[in-house]
Amino acid sequence: MADTKLTTALAAAKAEGRAALIGYLPAGFPTVDGGIAAINALIEGGCDVVEVGLPHSDPVLDGAVIQTADDIALRGGVKIKDVLRTVAEVAAAHPAVPVLVMTYWNPVDRYGVARFAADLAAAGGAGCILPDLPVEEAAEWRKAAGEHGLDTVFVVAPSSKDARLAEVTAAGSGFVYAAAVMGVTGTRSAVGNLAEDLVARTRATTALPVCVGLGVSNADQAAEVAAFADGVIVGSAFVKRLLDAADPEAGTAAVRALAADLATGVRRK
Amino acid sequence: MSELNLPGTQVPDSRGYFGAYGGRFIPEALVAAVEQVAEEYEKAKADPAFAAELDALLKDYTGRPSPLTDVHRFSAEAGGARVLLKREDLNHTGSHKINNVLGQALLTRRMGKTRIIAETGAGQHGVATATACALFGFDCTIYMGEVDTQRQALNVARMRMLGAEVIPVKSGSRTLKDAINEAFRDWVANVDSTHYLFGTVAGPHPFPMMVRDFHRVIGIEARQQVLDRTGRLPDAVVACVGGGSNAMGIFHEFIPDAGVRLIGCEAAGDGADTPKHAATLTKGDPGVLHGSRTYVLQDEDGQTIESHSISAGLDYPGVGPEHAWLKDTGRAEYRPVTDRAAMEALRLLSRTEGIIPAIESAHALAGALELGRELGPEATILVSLSGRGDKDMHTAAEYFGLYDDAEGTN
Repeated sequence: MADTKLTTALAAAKAEGRAALIGYLPAGFPTVDGGIAAINALIEGGCDVVEVGLPHSDPVLDGAVIQTADDIALRGGVKIKDVLRTVAEVAAAHPAVPVLVMTYWNPVDRYGVARFAADLAAAGGAGCILPDLPVEEAAEWRKAAGEHGLDTVFVVAPSSKDARLAEVTAAGSGFVYAAAVMGVTGTRSAVGNLAEDLVARTRATTALPVCVGLGVSNADQAAEVAAFADGVIVGSAFVKRLLDAADPEAGTAAVRALAADLATGVRRK
Repeated sequence: MSELNLPGTQVPDSRGYFGAYGGRFIPEALVAAVEQVAEEYEKAKADPAFAAELDALLKDYTGRPSPLTDVHRFSAEAGGARVLLKREDLNHTGSHKINNVLGQALLTRRMGKTRIIAETGAGQHGVATATACALFGFDCTIYMGEVDTQRQALNVARMRMLGAEVIPVKSGSRTLKDAINEAFRDWVANVDSTHYLFGTVAGPHPFPMMVRDFHRVIGIEARQQVLDRTGRLPDAVVACVGGGSNAMGIFHEFIPDAGVRLIGCEAAGDGADTPKHAATLTKGDPGVLHGSRTYVLQDEDGQTIESHSISAGLDYPGVGPEHAWLKDTGRAEYRPVTDRAAMEALRLLSRTEGIIPAIESAHALAGALELGRELGPEATILVSLSGRGDKDMHTAAEYFGLYDDAEGTN
């Protein structure tokens, strides 16, 4: 498999003997330009990879924090073209950092599968995470993504049986997203042992890096996950920083500070 | 209800597709649970004990078969066409919803799960689900949009009386769509113990097929009743369509009868050409919502557009994928019916026949009035009277000014 911006970034973290830090924020939140600044702050703080969320009217996999952010973004009028501009500006500012889009399937379907892949690649995007598109329904997307050099990251869950894990990881590229809590997105107080078991079972099926998302919100939790995973994915904790901030500048600063804190976590020995 | 196998038509396929529609667009966390439902349903279909138990419940608990009623005075207003009502309103709990609920409750017990969640719009599916949970001893949580808890307050009280927890959903449009979102969120978090008892012919495979199969009894009974009563098949079968479960239930047995028109009545709210409607098949475009590919009210970015209808049960921006397929193949027709036309039909049936229909079902009655005037006195029209109107008396009283010292809004 050819190296991509995404595989290169994850390999670089591995070469340093540590897990990668992957940060998520929705585009258009609190505004399109404010969102771009906040995502740049993820990278300035120390994220190795960023996921740009495409806000959706029906975010059935998201908890209250990301629902609120999506709602603010949509009421602010964010469109797919704004999401693509966000990707383009972040990718231009940080050419080595892979910028993924995380989106529910219907916006891509509606925009046009080939068109979305082409426009995302043209914007400098590295790939997509499509959490409600199971591998059985993904043939058209994978073809388009392949033609444009985009990675497709599939999600696995604690309820995925071993045979199923093998099917999912065989279809994906870049890394495998282990959604290691049964539930919607949101921060959790404890890491739990489902995650380590899921990572081990996933690794038995693939050579791809396995990155874990389970509601990490601080450096101690990041360190705990980093001890058994190839990457630590953080979303709601960043969104919450922006929601809680007195103004957008303070929010961006808080995002940068949290990213820096988490970056120390993934480097802890 | 002893014949769950399909008559003639080979849909959906093994991946749950009705032509281009259907499928299974779900998060990985739900794949194992949805596959379990599909596998258990296939086993249940092959198990005579399952069919026997369901048949007994439908007969002795629900009160099936439901009657077929000739409505002569109403028919006079429908161009003289003979209108026959399939009386699902007379089922226990007051609507067709109980047919599917009892089937899935038996399935839940077979899967060894102890908790059921469901969405509800008008509250009829919620009431039926709460009823079955009381009967079977399951824990029960019902998600209902906050707007709907207000306009269908009677049904909220019924569900709570039956021991269910009713959670008002405050996100999005605070109606049926958002109740489904919240039920999915619950299911992802509690899938080991919990079955999501989906209430319509939408959602990921196998729900559109399975819910249809549990409602097929409506059409199987009605087709024979019409033949026995009139000596021939009806010219048309008319049903309201929100998600489309009562319509699929009554349509399905008639699909091979090429001479029988199948007509679904969608909620057009203020009018299908205004911004406030729920006419998904008339005005929507193909997309993915709640786990399947179907028609969706959506903008050019694939964001769902909020629907509007005076009827909480039809106030939904999606529709079951089999209806999408029936529309595209031309086997069924879908017509928009405004709030006003539905409410007029509700009042007309009440005053000409002494039957107060649900506002949902009144959309089908309005469709039958229009169709009867088109077809004339030689025609026979079978209408699915999917539910009774007790729950809607507050809405109707405000609409028509039925309370003392009150003026109606219309």
